[in-house]
Order: sequence, then C-alpha cells, then structure tokens
Amino acid sequence: MPEVKTAPPHPASLIEIKDVHFAYDERPILRGLSLSVRKGEVLAVMGGSGSGKTTLLGLIGGRILPNRGDILVDGQNVPKLDRSALYALRTRFGMLFQFGALFTDLSVYDNVAFPYREQTNLPESVIRDLVLLKLQAVGLRGAAGLMPSQLSGGMARRVALARAVALDPMLMLYDEPFTGLDPISTGIVARLIRRLNDAFGLTSLVVTHDLDASLKIADRVIVLAEGKVYRDLTPSDVRTTSDAFVRQFADGLPDGPVPFHYPAPPLLDQLLGKAGTASVEGGTP
Amino acid sequence: MSNVIEMIEGLGRTVLNGLARLGLAGRFFLAIMMVIGVPVRRFSLLVRELYFSGVRSLLIIVVSGMFVGMVLAIQGYEVLQRFGSSETLGVLVALSLVRELGPVVTALLFAGRAGSAVTAEIGLMQATDQIAAMDMMAVNPIARIISPRFLASVVSMPLLACLFSTAGVFGAYLVGVKLIGIDDGSFWSQMQAGVDFRLDIINGLIKSLVFGVAVGLIAVFEGYYAPPTAEGVSSATTRTVVTSSLAVLMLDFVLTVWMFRGLNG
Ligand SMILES: Nc1ncnc2c1ncn2[C@@H]1O[C@H](COP(=O)(O)OP(=O)(O)OP(=O)(O)O)[C@@H](O)[C@H]1O
Ligand SMILES: [Mg+2]
Repeated sequence: MPEVKTAPPHPASLIEIKDVHFAYDERPILRGLSLSVRKGEVLAVMGGSGSGKTTLLGLIGGRILPNRGDILVDGQNVPKLDRSALYALRTRFGMLFQFGALFTDLSVYDNVAFPYREQTNLPESVIRDLVLLKLQAVGLRGAAGLMPSQLSGGMARRVALARAVALDPMLMLYDEPFTGLDPISTGIVARLIRRLNDAFGLTSLVVTHDLDASLKIADRVIVLAEGKVYRDLTPSDVRTTSDAFVRQFADGLPDGPVPFHYPAPPLLDQLLGKAGTASVEGGTP
Repeated sequence: MSNVIEMIEGLGRTVLNGLARLGLAGRFFLAIMMVIGVPVRRFSLLVRELYFSGVRSLLIIVVSGMFVGMVLAIQGYEVLQRFGSSETLGVLVALSLVRELGPVVTALLFAGRAGSAVTAEIGLMQATDQIAAMDMMAVNPIARIISPRFLASVVSMPLLACLFSTAGVFGAYLVGVKLIGIDDGSFWSQMQAGVDFRLDIINGLIKSLVFGVAVGLIAVFEGYYAPPTAEGVSSATTRTVVTSSLAVLMLDFVLTVWMFRGLNG
C-alpha cells in the first residue's frame, strides 16, 4: 500500500485533482492542473479544441495515466489503483461518449441491459423492468427494439445516457454531449443531464463547447487553457465578465487570447525555407 | 553517399518498428491468454464468433477444397501414369491435402474471409469508442470482445481444414475414379495404406492449429490497434490479409522442416 502523501480530500468534494501534468509524447497537454469537483454539482468544462478536455476525462476515468500528480475520486487515487480496484471504481462511473458509443451489434434494449447483465446477477425479468424504466426516463421506451443504426444522433445520445446511468453511478462524465444535435435535442439532453443529476444525487462533469447549454444547466463553469484551469466562474459571471478570454469564448471570436494558429515557425521564415520543411512534410520515410 | 546512409537509416527504422510491433503483439497475446477462460465459461460469446468466423466460411472452404482436389487429380494422374502407377493417385491427393494444402489453403482463405472481417469489426468498434465505453463500464474488452474472436479462429481452423481436405478427396474421387476411370478399390485402399494417422493427420491438425493462432492473433491485433479513422481501419484490414498470408506460409515451412526432419536422411 503506497503511502498517501496528500491530505485527505475535502469531505464535500468528490474529485480532487492536484497538480496533474500530462504530455502526449513530448507535447505537454496538462501542466499543473488542479481542480476540485463538489458532490452534487454539475460542472461544465470548457476550452478550445485541443485544450485537453477529453484528456482530463480520460485521466479521471483511469484510461490514461498522468506523468505526475494525484487524481482522487471519492478518496481513491485513480492513477495508483490496480486493475480490479480501478474496475470497482468504474462501476460507479457513468460516461457518455461524444457519439454515444452504443454497441452496434446490440439493440437499444440490449445496450441498456448490458451493464446489468455484465455487472449484476439479476434475473432477466428484473433486468427487463429496470431497462424499461431507464428508457422511460430518457423518453425512448418505445425505441427499445430498434438497432443503433436506426436511431438519430440525439436518440443515440439519449440511449447512451440511459445505459450510462444504469447502475446508478455517483459520477457522470459527459464528453461533448451536444455536438451535432439540433437545438431541440440539445435542450432535451441538457435538461436530462440536470434532471438525472438532481434526481439521483449524482455529480456531473460536462465537457462541452456549447456555452448556452452549459450556462443553462451548470452550477459552475471552468475554462481550460495552457494546461491549467484558466478561469473558474459561475454561469452569471460568464454572462457579465469583461475578461477577454471568457468573452472570446462567450462571443465566439476567432482570435483573441486563444490563438487561431496552431504553434508554428513564423510564416515568412517557413516560406523562405529557413525554418526547414520538416513540420510541413512530416517524417518522410 | 548520403543516400546510402539514408537507406540504412530507413532500413534500421523499419526493423525497429517491426520489432516494436512484434513486442506489442506479444504483450497483446499474453493479455488474451490471461482471459482466455472467459469465452470458455461464457460459451455463448464463443458460439457467436464461431458462427461468424467458422460457419460462414463453410461454403467457400468446401467449394475451394473440391476444386483443389479435382485439379490435383488431373495433374496427379497425368504425372503418375507416366510411371504406370496411376492407382496411387488416392495417396498422392490425400497426402498433399492433409499435409499441406488443407491447412495452408484453408488458413489463407480464412484470413481473407474471416480474419479481415474481424479486423474491420474491431477497428470500427475502436473508432466509434465502443471499446473505450466498455472499458469505462468496467468490462474488460480483451475478455469480452477480443478473446472470443481469437479463440473462435483457433477452434475453427482445424475443423475447416479437415472439411477442406475431405472435400478435396471427394473432388479427386469424382475426377479420378468417376471421370478418368481409376479403379475404385485401389484408389481408396492405397489411400488408406499410405496415410499415416500420426505423421500425416495429426501433423496436419497441429499445423492448422498453429495457423489458427497466427491468423486469429493478427486479425484481432490489427483491429485493436487500428488508427481510429476510415483509412486506418481499411489499411489494417489489408494488413491482416497480407501479414496472415505471409505468416502462414513462413510458419508452414518451419513446421514442415520440424515435422518431417529425419525422414529423408
Ligand atoms: N492519442 C493521442 N496521441 C497523441 N496526441 C493526442 C492523442 N489524443 C489527443 N492528442 C492531442 O492532445 C491534445 C488534447 O486532446 P484532447 O482530445 O484532450 O482535446 P479536447 O480539449 O478534447 O479537444 P476537442 O474539443 O477538439 O475535443 C490535442 O492537441 C490532441 O492533438
Ligand atoms: Mg475532445
């Protein structure tokens, strides 16, 4: 049992992330990120493309390991857990992937039944009732017999949501739950996220680009940039703040504190061949 | 000069990449073996894959076996009759099939028919986050998705090879006995006397078992590590067929040398 150096987490917080560093190969993505998520809140995580939002969810779920730092979820340090402890913890997570990630070879019903069949010994008759209840909660009981390929994007997202909350998790992780949805579906999914959170006493992390939707449902909004929590605001702050960075986000300006360009050598240097062409041609074999 | 250095560098890189991939495949194989009991205990998982990989390859295997046997009979007869020993056609055909063509051609066909499908399926599951979702639901995807498909390949391959050889012998019988008119009795009795159970049939089965492991591992490995894009999945599918075929032919050589060592010297 490795010695836990960090202080015990604040009793009211479900997730405590402390000074987490993470890099893909040599490229740092997170640089000393610290964050605490309180029990029962809906936290919206915003940030530009590539700012590390999906990476953050992967770290919390233990799918990727940080180079350094602690990620405590309900008092357990995720990167230090062995496989069985990690799996035990994950049974209490629900994760909604960007496009739902439904199992394409299973029907809607079987998708939602999957967690029960894999993780419990409940008889089929009980599973049936539970599945129908979960599908009812997302308004898709009537679609139980369909295959995932027969669903619209919004419906798939809702089925995936029913599957994610099947085992009554303590923590819900949402990766861009609104992308590709029309405004009505966005509203439906957003309200579902809030309602499930409050009805089942969950804690929710919602990674999203959709400022409107997240302002409607979140208790708190954080903005990731430069590998850290750059801003930590309430929804009303976001509407009124004059902070240039948050305004760029809120108003959808192409350039501002968040640069439009991916890091590159100066254009003139590159056109004149001074900077070399390696970054253009990639590694030719 | 710099061209030569570049070439050597390129060669070195290719070799290193290849070795790294081989190492990755080895670790993946161990991970599969750790959970290979799962599809045995949950038999329905295995049955589904046996159906998709094995049963649905039946037709192509039987038809190909028939044709290979018929061709063997024609070619074999043509050579044998020059030496006046056309009644040994049965042995020739049976040995060619059981020792070599059954296991090898079955493995090549299986790689194209079932291996590529497995790679594409797993690659797409990876690309659409289905495997990640399963992992996040605390269900081990290696146990639930990979090991049943691998085991199905190992189990189906010897059975399919037997069928291939049987169909081949039948095809040779049709052409040799019914068409060309070799004596029925000597066709079968020569075959019975000339085929050794341990040396020929067991060795043939061992070969297809090894091919089943190789093709199964390559198919699931390529799918699991396919880049999550359309292009990534399609090139992984191609690689499965190419790599499996090469692996089967090379393993066949190694196994043949090992099995028939000392018989000629
Ligand atoms: N498997 C990987 N290998 C190498 N680099 C990766 C990998 N996955 C992501 N990255 C890089 O890490 C950075 C952060 O990725 P991440 O997916 O966390 O961003 P994100 O904030 O979720 O972006 P988006 O809003 O576009 O989904 C990106 O610049 C991406 O290029
Ligand atoms: Mg993302």
